Amino acid sequence: MILSVQGVRKVFGSHRVLDGLDLSVDEHQVVALIGASGSGKSTLLRCVNLLEDIDDGMIWLDGEHITDPRVNPDKVRQRIGIVFQSYNLFPHMTVLENITLAPVRVHRRSAKEAADAAREWLTRVGLAEKADAYPDRLSGGQQQRVAIVRALINSPRLLLLDEVTSALDPELVGEVLSMIRDLKGEGMTMVLATHEMGFARQVADTVCFLDGGKVLEQGPPEQVFGDPSEPRTRQFLSRIIEAGRL
Amino acid sequence: MSLSPAQLDRIAYRRRQTVISVLIAAASTLVVGVLLAVGLTGAPGWDRVRESFFDLSVARDALPDVAAGLWLNVRLLVFCALGALALGLLIALLRTLRGPVFFPVRALATGYTYTFRGLPLIIVLYVLTLGVPGLRLEGMPSVLVLGGIALVITYAGYLAEVFRAGIESVHPSQLAAARSLGLTYRQTMRHVVLPQAVRRVAPPLLNDTVALQKDVGLVSLAGPIDAVRAAQISTAETFNYTPYIVAGVLFVLLAMPLIAVTDWVTLRAARRQS
Ligand SMILES: Nc1ncnc2c1ncn2[C@@H]1O[C@H](COP(=O)(O)OP(=O)(O)O)[C@@H](O)[C@H]1O
Ligand SMILES: [Mg+2]
Repeated sequence: MILSVQGVRKVFGSHRVLDGLDLSVDEHQVVALIGASGSGKSTLLRCVNLLEDIDDGMIWLDGEHITDPRVNPDKVRQRIGIVFQSYNLFPHMTVLENITLAPVRVHRRSAKEAADAAREWLTRVGLAEKADAYPDRLSGGQQQRVAIVRALINSPRLLLLDEVTSALDPELVGEVLSMIRDLKGEGMTMVLATHEMGFARQVADTVCFLDGGKVLEQGPPEQVFGDPSEPRTRQFLSRIIEAGRL
Repeated sequence: MSLSPAQLDRIAYRRRQTVISVLIAAASTLVVGVLLAVGLTGAPGWDRVRESFFDLSVARDALPDVAAGLWLNVRLLVFCALGALALGLLIALLRTLRGPVFFPVRALATGYTYTFRGLPLIIVLYVLTLGVPGLRLEGMPSVLVLGGIALVITYAGYLAEVFRAGIESVHPSQLAAARSLGLTYRQTMRHVVLPQAVRRVAPPLLNDTVALQKDVGLVSLAGPIDAVRAAQISTAETFNYTPYIVAGVLFVLLAMPLIAVTDWVTLRAARRQS
């Protein structure tokens, strides 16, 4: 087991966003988090990456208790990649500089070695000629693929993806999804929050439905989408179907 | 590539409109210029004004001394601008330090910006250039250096606030992205936040530098012979105010390139935002 989230609670003001949430993720497993907007998917991912302090519970990564206050969060984040809905590339750096920043500054690789690795990745995802461009010259789909490469180049044990296609124009969604599909083929362990139910169905080994600050229902996609046992899940899915997204 | 008649017609029409606009602008400028000249020279007392402020022979005599004084202003400006930028950035950074150990440092830096933004420059100048030499301490720097220090510490207070505004304008998602890659807080500041912050506040920083270039003339209050002081000396000799006008014109000429650069940077920044 790579990730284990145990009874995690996260409160904003008086709002319990996560309320005793449990989740475990095995190596090479792809877990999709679904749930209404505001159900806490982003918050959960941010907690796992230690970008938010949790208010109760524990999170374990590779057998290490990472929410122990004595643990250095910078060291933990070096082992986890996260990609955000809004890409968050650094606008003052070229694509190559964005990707090589962490390898050079955090992982102490030489600039040459890091640049070579970055170019190899960019070639793989079809962005080789964009290496020296600034992010504002790239389409949303290209920016998001760069953001994924930026996370992957550090060889994380776990990749967190937070609605990485929601900010994209429909015709650009495919290129990002196919990249994630390739990653699954390579055995990358991933937790992804998504609105793309069709994609979750294809790529996820396990689908978790978040509701009331907990994982209300989880199982293989055929079961959660095809034959949900919880009324709340059925209600959520029927709203999604109405919106034409399944 | 051949253009359609409609496009050719549009181009011809726009060209005619441009010619007409230029002609109108020229005529209007001419009319306003003549009115101003007639109004000014025809006004009662114009002769006396011209004698005391625009006496060409006095101007010619004063120019070498005033220009020599201006060279001092230029050197002072360069050192003070660099010093104030460095000190301002340092103070802004000290204010961002986190953790209980740094509480006193943060408090001092905050107190500094409050104090020196509220304190009139002239008081700082008098205390440092007139008061401090009176202490007759060993190794006292010259009045000029003390005046420069007064300018640096005062302007650093403003510039620190400009830098801080820039640092705070960088969106939290940029910090999250950097931290998520494993960068430490300091690395995040150094590689992600500061470069964006400085770019964003370049226009106001340059603007403050223009203001500094004027205030550099205030060191004349303490005695060093800069352009203002040279003009004052020559005015005292001739009982004519033309030397001040000469110094004023030189200051404006000196500021022009800096102002032009500021406008250009501001325009470019505005364009990049849109
Ligand atoms: N920094 C924050 N401060 C206060 N409330 C927050 C903050 N971040 C998230 N929330 C709230 O937490 C809830 C869950 O948000 P989020 O995790 O973004 O949900 P999801 O990603 O599933 O749409 C929302 O009600 C949101 O308003
Ligand atoms: Mg979200």
